Amino acid sequence: MSDYRIQGATGEWEVVVGLEVHAQVTSNAKLFSGAATAFGAEPNTQVSLVDAAMPGMLPVPNRECIRQAVRTGMAIDAQINKWSRFDRKNYFYADLPQGYQISQLYHPIVGEGQIEIVLDEKNPDTSTKVIGVERIHVEQDAGKLMHDQHPTSSYVDLNRSGVALMEIVSRPDMRSPAEAGAYLAKLRTILRYVGSCDGNMDQGSMRADVNVSVRKPGGELGTRTETKNVNSVRFVMAVVEREASRQVDVLEAGGKIVQETRLYDPDKNETRSMRSKEDAHDYRYFPDPDLLPLVLDDAFLDECRASLPELPDVKRKRYEQALGLSPYNAATLTADADTARWFETLLTESAAAQKKSESDVAKAAANWLLSDLYGALNRLGKSLEDSPVSPAQAAELLALVADGTLSGSLAKQVFEIMLETGDAPGKIVEEKGLKQTSDTGAIEAAVATVLANNADKVEQYRGGKEALFGFFVGQTMKAMQGKANPQVVNELVKKALAG
Amino acid sequence: MSIDLQTVKKIASLSRISVTDAEAQAMVPELNNILGWVEQLGEVDVTGIEPMTAVIPNTQRLRVDAVTDGNVRDKVLVNAPQAEHGFFAVPKVIE
Repeated sequence: MSDYRIQGATGEWEVVVGLEVHAQVTSNAKLFSGAATAFGAEPNTQVSLVDAAMPGMLPVPNRECIRQAVRTGMAIDAQINKWSRFDRKNYFYADLPQGYQISQLYHPIVGEGQIEIVLDEKNPDTSTKVIGVERIHVEQDAGKLMHDQHPTSSYVDLNRSGVALMEIVSRPDMRSPAEAGAYLAKLRTILRYVGSCDGNMDQGSMRADVNVSVRKPGGELGTRTETKNVNSVRFVMAVVEREASRQVDVLEAGGKIVQETRLYDPDKNETRSMRSKEDAHDYRYFPDPDLLPLVLDDAFLDECRASLPELPDVKRKRYEQALGLSPYNAATLTADADTARWFETLLTESAAAQKKSESDVAKAAANWLLSDLYGALNRLGKSLEDSPVSPAQAAELLALVADGTLSGSLAKQVFEIMLETGDAPGKIVEEKGLKQTSDTGAIEAAVATVLANNADKVEQYRGGKEALFGFFVGQTMKAMQGKANPQVVNELVKKALAG
Repeated sequence: MSIDLQTVKKIASLSRISVTDAEAQAMVPELNNILGWVEQLGEVDVTGIEPMTAVIPNTQRLRVDAVTDGNVRDKVLVNAPQAEHGFFAVPKVIE
């Protein structure tokens, strides 16, 4: 893959990107209180007096949020800090009742780790790049402000206030929009495998702050800007592209890049300055006196490690090596935890239905899932989650193909009926009489009729026009209403024509 | 370390505390006195001593992940100068 370069008037420029991703930790209760975290509740109903920052309230950390942060750290091969501490980040805003956010600046819970990204989906094994992760810390989310409900007031909903976030900070290791997009997508995959964040970007469960600077290839790092709260992979890529080319324009016109916070406007596809006051970033961090140091023991870490699932990279390699899937299929099936789970259930059911090993049924199962099922779901506008066909039903269908009961084209017909009715394939085959037949007597009779009705073509065939073979097969299949075993038809047609 | 008038005004502004010029002027020597008093700690030799992060020799207890609180909107909003439709209503803040 060639390097991403921006063509400027003064030559080529290289872009340098780092991402800070805020991921909402999956938990029932908030980071420091017993209020609920569910999405979409009535305003201010999921707020305790701790979250509303009433005087005298004491925060007590939620064990599950700590556990999820540690598991996430382990999943990216990161150092886990058995001793960490909470700090107060002070600033004033209407969505922050405490006047400070409890965060971890000096001693984060997770240290240095790494994430491997794939740059070419067709070659997932050879086109990888490792992106460094500097740290993961846990912190509180703020409340939500609504500006469009009243002409002169902003409305404040504190339901999100105090919900646990992980801030996952990458090294400035990305060099193109594609790399930044691949990093965010891969991070999302890992979080969903681990189960520490649901990854729903449209509900705000994951937001990225995108740090971008440009430089002459290999030169000194340039001044960076930070574009806040970008909420999709596509927008992250757009921000990198737009912001890099804006910076090149500024620099080539003799200007300087100001280190500042920017916003992305998807409608105009541009970033613009938030013009915040400079001292807004004077956060005056200090250790939170309400909270003691967080010390994790070995038993806790062992529990976290033992609860980790097979991770996407390991799973992908296993699909290739143990199941014999193509690198592309293995990558597609493992890119999403739900897809991999569905596939593995299908595999287990298939192996049981056909009394074969999983590796023997894997290829057919993968191909069917990625082409037939995905094709149908796309057409119906559904996701795997609400697939009308269950893995067990799919396994039954594949077994009917494997044992010769159904041909490929009959299987497609049966599948269509399954999608409509939700019936089991065996039942459909019985009821509609869609069984493939290898009854040589019936097929021989059909072949004889076809040959008798097309004496002229038989003549031509025997005269050397061998392309007509397909015609006889087609006519026989038609006479058999598509239910004849194609292999048997081939053999019998060949035999009959040989006369 | 010493504090000048500008620093006092900056801290007041970051803390959203309204301070007149005269008050700020008076706080300069006051704050410098406090800092000077605290800085006497610098005379103690702390070589080889771990920084203390909490005065209690204990570590953080954790809570189980259960919903035990919330649903107290009336209590949460009772002291709000203005509340409408279940929201706090504040002067419009938009950048």
